[in-house]
Amino acid sequence: MFIVDPFFWEVVISGLLAGVMYSLVALGFVLIFKASGIFNFAQGVLALFAALTLVGFQTGQVPFAHLVNTIFGTNIHHWGDGLHTLIAIGFTLVVMIGLAWVIVRVVLKNLVNQEGIILFMATIGLAYVLEGLGDVMWGADVKPLDVGLPSGPSDTVIDMTGMFVEKLEISAAVVAIILVVALTIFSQYTKMGRALRAVADDHQAALSVGIALETIWWIVWSVAGLVALVAGIMWGAKSGVQFSLSLIALKALPVLMLGGFTSIPGAIIGGLIIGVGEKVFEIYFGPLLGGATENWFAYMLAMVFLLFRPQGLFGEKIIERV
Amino acid sequence: MKLSRIALAGIIAAGVATPAMADLVFPSLSYRTGPYAPNGIPFADGYADYFTLLNERDGGVEGAEIKLLECETGYNTAKGVECYESTKGEGSLVYQPLSTGITYQLIPKATADDIPVHSMGYGRTSAANGKVFSHIFNYPGTYWDAASIIIKYILSEEGGDIKGKKIALVYHNSAYGKEPIRTLEKLAEKHGYELMLLPVDHPGQEQKATWLQVRRDNPDYVLMWGWGVMNQVAIKEAASIRYPMDHFIGVWWSASENDTIPAGAGADGYKAITFHGVGSDFPIYEDLKKHVYDAGKAAGDGSNAGFVLYNRGMVAAMWAAEAARTAMKIHGTTDLTPAMMRDGMEALNVDDARLAELGLPGFTVPVKVSCANHGGPGLGAIQQWDAKAKTWSLITDFISADREIVDALIADDSAAYAKENNITPRECN
Repeated sequence: MFIVDPFFWEVVISGLLAGVMYSLVALGFVLIFKASGIFNFAQGVLALFAALTLVGFQTGQVPFAHLVNTIFGTNIHHWGDGLHTLIAIGFTLVVMIGLAWVIVRVVLKNLVNQEGIILFMATIGLAYVLEGLGDVMWGADVKPLDVGLPSGPSDTVIDMTGMFVEKLEISAAVVAIILVVALTIFSQYTKMGRALRAVADDHQAALSVGIALETIWWIVWSVAGLVALVAGIMWGAKSGVQFSLSLIALKALPVLMLGGFTSIPGAIIGGLIIGVGEKVFEIYFGPLLGGATENWFAYMLAMVFLLFRPQGLFGEKIIERV
Repeated sequence: MKLSRIALAGIIAAGVATPAMADLVFPSLSYRTGPYAPNGIPFADGYADYFTLLNERDGGVEGAEIKLLECETGYNTAKGVECYESTKGEGSLVYQPLSTGITYQLIPKATADDIPVHSMGYGRTSAANGKVFSHIFNYPGTYWDAASIIIKYILSEEGGDIKGKKIALVYHNSAYGKEPIRTLEKLAEKHGYELMLLPVDHPGQEQKATWLQVRRDNPDYVLMWGWGVMNQVAIKEAASIRYPMDHFIGVWWSASENDTIPAGAGADGYKAITFHGVGSDFPIYEDLKKHVYDAGKAAGDGSNAGFVLYNRGMVAAMWAAEAARTAMKIHGTTDLTPAMMRDGMEALNVDDARLAELGLPGFTVPVKVSCANHGGPGLGAIQQWDAKAKTWSLITDFISADREIVDALIADDSAAYAKENNITPRECN
């Protein structure tokens, strides 16, 4: 019986930790959707952009170097040895906050009270623009990212259980817990959080009671930028920072479908279910189907849940009255 | 006076309207954007810089200037085909798609258009049979050669006996990644090892389940047919489960610095097959520095020079230029057509002496192409990564493929293709 097999539990734990990594991406989607009703297609690219910017600051890379060199015939690439990791993270946050301001002023401000699908389309455009901007600013080569997080298998866990658990993923789990607690408190128990939810319910109504829509949107996109930076650090530390990082958004979609688009705890629980589900299925049933089942199984699992709870596990049930 | 002016205007107009006939047009189906850009950029830079060197130092090939037409494919098959369609009318002499998917699409199209394709070490392996695939070339080696060479290397490591051993293949779940499976199955029958197949879906950012299976089944060797982020994640995951890296061997597309550097010290000892030299310790680099890098004419920022994929782009350009030179000798003109270029590729002979003349002594294997053999010598060496020095080094001589197995597979597969497509194989050697 595979339940009593220690390897099964190693698969489960690995799935849970992989699920946390998915949840980190899903959280950014939830935040923006919860506060503005926008399904932000650009969240994966935001994570990529944040990670690229962080590595750029860390390594002292000159932004737009290739463009500058082409125009002026110079040969500059780096301005020095780079910044300390913590300072680089601080500067990256400032960039993400600035980017949020630009997004709100240039894109969203003009789309107040538009249909959700129009806002969604705008974020698709934003994803492509940001991907291009990241390429021009920092280049498309693979950039190793080291922020001092432990990596490699945990010897303690190996000695105690014989299981190989990646230290980086344990760090991700700890960070995710801190993020969820902080975001839940911010969203549920602060005046700003209530304002965010009011905006999400109805842009016009929120404006009529004096809520500054642009400011709210700026704050929420800045927080989403912070979450994107955390996701970018975790995924970038795992595989190096490169443009495939933007595709991690695809891993977040089934998590959102399952956990609900408006629930922060839902993003975590959804991630864990998807992570464990896809790993267990791939290991025990994948070989019967030729393997490589992880990508489609996650969506299938989410769809099965949708049959029973269309709003997701923790999503708000929408009741339309005539 | 008026007449002479009109005549002069006519001559000038004719001069302007007529394309520079002596230009040798080489399209570069590159990918500098998207998830696979880290691999596409160094290859495209190496390809472009070699041609720039020929233009700057020698005035092109036999006096004919080279014109590079770069088209971005994003490693996307549909875009690659669009690039082909949009550039073939420019007099493009040979296509190097740098993608097995694009190559598969171009095989019938390019053959019908009488334009040669060089899928160097990738694409459809049985295209090595020139009797069936008249316009497709895959020298200096194929995936099937690579698979059999790696198995030969493992045999040598294991004292000639791998019966009962377990060998896993971690592969990109695409046409490319699936190419070596048949050969490895045949070789398993011959040598008695057990083959484990572990596909990884695009892009391969998350491979936990794959490596849990490796940990559970503990294969004696793991082979990898990966590309892009899949390589970096696989190497990192292998290190995470403490898989012995010197038993982890990648194909030549899982063998660049981009693949190993992100994994840090964990990648130390990782091995891969290659068909060309490593590093920049070759005379040609002095010329590149003088005529290309220092002259500010490099395709990139110069940071990729000497890297595996840069060298590979360069070797692809070298064989293209030498094939053009051969075509000029055959047809007695520098004004080449794609059909003439195909003839040049089919008569290509770049031996050790010629490599030395080109400033590339010992850089790659001697290649002699013929009508029947478009796949080249099928040789490969094993390189190993030193994480501390961040360098690759060759640890074996060039090893030949298992021709008994590979040639039989090529004959079978190409015969099936010929039958499906009503192709009568050419009678030639």
